[in-house]
Amino acid sequence: MIASPPLPPRVVVYEGRGSTPFDPGERSRLLAGLLDRGYSVVRAGAGRAEAGAATAFIVLGCFGGAPPEVGDAAGRDVAVCDITGRSADEAIALVEQRRDGRPMNRPDAAGPGQWKPWFPVIDLARCTNCMQCLSFCLFDVYGVAADHTLRVENPANCKVNCPACSRVCPEVAIMFPKYHAGPIDGGPVSESDVQREKMKVDISALLGGDIYSRLRERSAEAKQRFSRERSADQALAERRRCLTKLADAAAIPREVLDALPSPEEIQRRTEEAARRAEAARVAQGARAAQGSTPAGTT
Amino acid sequence: MSQPQPAPRILYCRCAYAQVVPAEVKDAVLDGLARAEVAFEMVPDLCEMAARRDPHLAELARGDGPLTIAACWPRAVEGLFSLADAPLPRAGVRIVNMRTDAAPAILDELLGADRPTGDAS
Repeated sequence: MIASPPLPPRVVVYEGRGSTPFDPGERSRLLAGLLDRGYSVVRAGAGRAEAGAATAFIVLGCFGGAPPEVGDAAGRDVAVCDITGRSADEAIALVEQRRDGRPMNRPDAAGPGQWKPWFPVIDLARCTNCMQCLSFCLFDVYGVAADHTLRVENPANCKVNCPACSRVCPEVAIMFPKYHAGPIDGGPVSESDVQREKMKVDISALLGGDIYSRLRERSAEAKQRFSRERSADQALAERRRCLTKLADAAAIPREVLDALPSPEEIQRRTEEAARRAEAARVAQGARAAQGSTPAGTT
Repeated sequence: MSQPQPAPRILYCRCAYAQVVPAEVKDAVLDGLARAEVAFEMVPDLCEMAARRDPHLAELARGDGPLTIAACWPRAVEGLFSLADAPLPRAGVRIVNMRTDAAPAILDELLGADRPTGDAS
């Protein structure tokens, strides 16, 4: 779960009794403008609208100078804004003012506290809980649920634009909905996709277990070469060559590879992840065995 | 005497944090919904809500009445709701894909008979 600021206020665009409808073009611009700034919006008045889980609401309506008194039985903060005669931009500015500078994640902003939602999503219909992704990820994105199945535990730890874990999944069960192409984006999975992924995993096994063990070997080789040749430039060039190969093979962005921890730390994290994955597999096996025990024998 | 059927619900995802849904499609769908006489819900980004495990996703999944979601690939949308501990029910939910489908077809799915004629899409 991401460490996020409180939920932003939900905006209710009200056009029911006691208000006059918006101009259709302005209504459309108002809705798009609010969404592009990160607000959830409900259009109400022309039918049913859910109150939702928000802790605060801002109600926008053309009330002709007489906005109604509104209370909320659940004690939530409700602000009513009369936007009669205002443009969509002016109404949005009013919402921003009402928000009073409270922090929120925003699509239209960058910098500290802002987060692009990039993280893996599991297709539960395909996932076999083999835990390869958990073993692979160095950033603790994955965890194990109480029922010993795979869980995306820390989505915010994921490295933006890196879909590498989806490449090690033999079942093509890992999606990144903001990726640009299928099946990683959640598009249909073909039999050839499955065969290709299985082949990759097999090649990885033939290379010596996993991609990180190969990385460690290359790092050790580079260290040896450095001590022999005393050339920092050559060592650096070797590291770059190795990282470029990895980046190409697994579509890992260069900045993610550059940010990898030391080989020793990679080893520690890999071993820890492997331990967790193995514990989950053992627990799954025990549960399956329990489930297959004939009734009345326990 | 039969109970009145719960009203259909519409959820629109703006996918505001990425450019993977064609802008002309998501704009035309939003405009078509805005011009129709229907109540509907809009969220800036289902991915962002799922990562926060926003409790509103559980309310949407549990709510009464058929739900049509305009977002992206159904496999991804189902996965996002599951990630947020709010799995979508097997029945009563339709997902239309703004990554691949054209706006008029999506609006037909969302609005059916409520779709105004001569709209901007």
